[in-house]
Amino acid sequence: MTWQNSAITITTMLPVVGALGILLVPSEKDRLIRGLGVAITAACLALSIAIAATYDYGAGGLQFVLNVRWIPVIGARYHVGIDGISLPLYLLTFLLGFLCSIYTWRYVPEPGRTKAFVALTLLLITGMAGTFIAFDLILFFVFWELVLVPMYFLIGTWGSANRQYASIKFFLYTLFGSVFMLLGFLALYFNGPVVDGKHTFDLTAITAFGASGGYAHTFQLIVFGAIALGFAVKVPMWPFHTWLPDAHTEAPTIGSVLLAGIMLKMGTYGFIRIALPVLPQGAVAYAPWIGGLAAIAIVYAALACLAQKDLKRLIAFSSVGHMGFVMLGIATLTTIGIQAAIFGMVAHGVITGMLFFCVGSIYDRYHTRQIAEIGGGMSQTMPKMAGIFAFVAIASLGLPGLAGFWGEVMALLGSFSPNTSSVAGLNVALFRTFMVVGGIGTILTASYFLWMLQRVNQGVEPERWMGTSFRDIVSVEWVSWTPLLVLILVLGLAPSIIFNVTENGVNAIARIFGA
Amino acid sequence: MNIDYHAISPVLILSATILIVLVTDLFLSPRRKAASMWVSLVGVLATLAAVLSLVGGGVRVTFGGVYVVDSFTLVFQAFFMGAAAVVLLISYRYLRDGGFYQGEYYFLLLTSFLGCLLMPASRDLLMLFLSLELVSAPGFLMAAFRKADVKGNEGGLKFFLIGVLSTAVMLYGMSLIYGLTGSLHLDAVARGLSTISGPKETLADVAILFVVVGFAFKVSAVPFQFWAPDTYEGAPVPVAAFLAVASSAAGFAGLLQLMFVAFVHQYAFWVPMFVALSLVTMTLGNLVALQQRQVVRLLAYSGIAQAGYILLPFALVSADASVNRNAFQAAVTYILIYGIMNLGAFAVTTAVSRRSPGLQIKDFAGLARTATLLAVAMTVFMVSLAGVPPTAGFWGKLLIFQAAIDRGGVGVWLAIAMVINSVISVGYYFAIPRAMIFEDPVDDRPLHSPILVTAVVATAMVALIVLFVLPDAVYHLGQVSSLAFGG
Repeated sequence: MTWQNSAITITTMLPVVGALGILLVPSEKDRLIRGLGVAITAACLALSIAIAATYDYGAGGLQFVLNVRWIPVIGARYHVGIDGISLPLYLLTFLLGFLCSIYTWRYVPEPGRTKAFVALTLLLITGMAGTFIAFDLILFFVFWELVLVPMYFLIGTWGSANRQYASIKFFLYTLFGSVFMLLGFLALYFNGPVVDGKHTFDLTAITAFGASGGYAHTFQLIVFGAIALGFAVKVPMWPFHTWLPDAHTEAPTIGSVLLAGIMLKMGTYGFIRIALPVLPQGAVAYAPWIGGLAAIAIVYAALACLAQKDLKRLIAFSSVGHMGFVMLGIATLTTIGIQAAIFGMVAHGVITGMLFFCVGSIYDRYHTRQIAEIGGGMSQTMPKMAGIFAFVAIASLGLPGLAGFWGEVMALLGSFSPNTSSVAGLNVALFRTFMVVGGIGTILTASYFLWMLQRVNQGVEPERWMGTSFRDIVSVEWVSWTPLLVLILVLGLAPSIIFNVTENGVNAIARIFGA
Repeated sequence: MNIDYHAISPVLILSATILIVLVTDLFLSPRRKAASMWVSLVGVLATLAAVLSLVGGGVRVTFGGVYVVDSFTLVFQAFFMGAAAVVLLISYRYLRDGGFYQGEYYFLLLTSFLGCLLMPASRDLLMLFLSLELVSAPGFLMAAFRKADVKGNEGGLKFFLIGVLSTAVMLYGMSLIYGLTGSLHLDAVARGLSTISGPKETLADVAILFVVVGFAFKVSAVPFQFWAPDTYEGAPVPVAAFLAVASSAAGFAGLLQLMFVAFVHQYAFWVPMFVALSLVTMTLGNLVALQQRQVVRLLAYSGIAQAGYILLPFALVSADASVNRNAFQAAVTYILIYGIMNLGAFAVTTAVSRRSPGLQIKDFAGLARTATLLAVAMTVFMVSLAGVPPTAGFWGKLLIFQAAIDRGGVGVWLAIAMVINSVISVGYYFAIPRAMIFEDPVDDRPLHSPILVTAVVATAMVALIVLFVLPDAVYHLGQVSSLAFGG
């Protein structure tokens, strides 16, 4: 065992092993359990940073590979590795996981039961992180599905009033999409490459086979549809998004942070990692549709946000729009578009994760999420909270110089000149229309965020809150928020730290489409 | 005739145990009747040891090819003895505390398991019939063991009437096949059926249909499923566990041999039938299960739906031997995994029935607080039955999907139907965890589960999680369980 071949396995499996350990701790030792949660996720974060530090950026490509026998009967192997596309998302997973654990140090939502809460969170982290490093389709699917059960219970047990409905809706939607994805994977397997006389689920082999046009055209159309359905529900693309507002709104704060911050990225990551390179002809055929749905999502989400009365639901809907930009970038099939998508994924994870933290803390003070009941004046009552909330909201609406800007503007740039090579041949006029629609969307996005700030931050403190003393940001919040706030600024000022990492991988994908 | 006593030693040991149980019960004082369970358990474990002693010994053929020990036989016999041990353990307190006749019960239960033991080794129509009857006949009595209960009587009677009717039809079918081929032995039947043509072939098709009816009843496939929910609900919970797991697995063990060996040449006739059987069974089972509020009935309909999944590989049979092999393995593997999760679910239900004999879903409310281990385990069982990671149920379904996609054509459509059904099934499987975890208990006192039941529950739960990480163990069993053709 060397650092190279064991690092990501150890890092990814540590949370689930830790969760099993936590189950052995008596429930009364509440502090110890929370402390263990922080310690485990801190160790994971440290390990993942060490992985990022020892990754050979010069060489690029797949590193830290471990490819061993797992289930010979069905041809699945335990094949993990990490490359430039995975690395930012992998890091983000452990960063948000760690920050959520710190947040949990202070806030365990009703009805308590810290042990189960921490253990489920850890299981969730393993599932999400594993998705980004799996290079075997069955392994990928197992990690993909692994997140469902813990998230179901996180929402269902610790969520707000309408939690039971939201949790089962989340579960059924995602499961419905992913079972078709599984059938798609099996189709890839049986029609795919033969290694040593056997079919294989190995993603590198399947990608090489698919990228060189190994799958028949009609087959690509059907199977892309099946696989894309699974990813699209997860993203979620309009019109498969209806589970999202419910799930995000009802979930406990850290559930929303992890949902928005990482879980949605599993879908877009799937498009980039699997659907596009393995089934390029399918991708070309579906790209205009994906772009169209993305454009609709951007405008639809912005309009929906304008109509929201619940602060958390507003943030939840804004995710649909942001993921629309990500999908628009992917649909262009260009280097710049896919770069924009990956950047957008990271930026959205940081920003929206932070927004959900803010909303959680605001709810903690006001005990309501209704914008009308909060009634404004937060700048007076909690100036620091209001300042940070404004900063993050403005980052989210895409102000230049902050993280939200690059993903959006580059996705629009990408759709100005979509991939018109002989391989892809996308319709320029169509994508420019999407660009215009998306551009209108950015204006609407700015307006709903600014209007939200106006209603929450500005104005005078309403009468009903007179005499209530609000605690401004407390130390646990500072600790768990500062890294995200710094990242929002750093990613905004120096976006190249992401672009340089993802470049090689993205170029390889874009080359398949002749760009 | 030379008899291979080692080959039949499991059957001999279990038969001896049955007699010992029956006799010792006469001499036990009323307070000590429960001791029969321990006698039975020792016998079952000895039988299991005898089965394991045959592992690696190659194929053994005895009684002129009627009784064959091959890897298929051993996998199923070991499975049945494991199931027998579980049913015995969960019966112990249920029977003792419920004031049932215990000696008679264990006698009947073991006799049924003797039928299970014979089933996978039987390579002859008559032996198959006898095994099936040996499984069923004591089952009729056990199903009505709650004799003061109207539902128990109704369930037992229903089970008996439908059972007898379908067996009669099946026996008629077998007699037709004997008339057509002049043989009862499965291989000879296959050879005989491969050469007939014209009107005789039509007659053979009718005969196959009749035989399938008998087994379809046993595995509770639609339209022969009506007995299952009523019988399960009326029967003592451990008996329902036996019917749902062992008895239906025995039916499948017989059906596998018939379809993949004896009738394999007629696949063009019966595959469409199984396509319909599988589709209707899984869909109807799932849709009706959604309406259930009583846990045993819910599990009964879930069992019907699961039977639909296990019937799916039968519908994949074609002229391609490798496809058939995959389908065969998928079915065997699924039965093994299904057995673990279903027995676990019934074990938890047995524990809960001590406080709430009505076993409504709402009786499970708040179980996470009153009996945490049971609640966690039941959640694992339900997630596994739904086929969702991180549980072994996922691998069972995956193997069936794989076989179906490999088959192509109708297989793809069946796979699509099955995935949709799997999603639907989440609707009712998750109703129980939802009640256990999200809702408040009606009765705040901790629920004490008998230690034997808890042990069974914990073992099944751990098994499902371990098999999720390392599915190779069970896949390997499925893979090696090939029928020794010929001989």
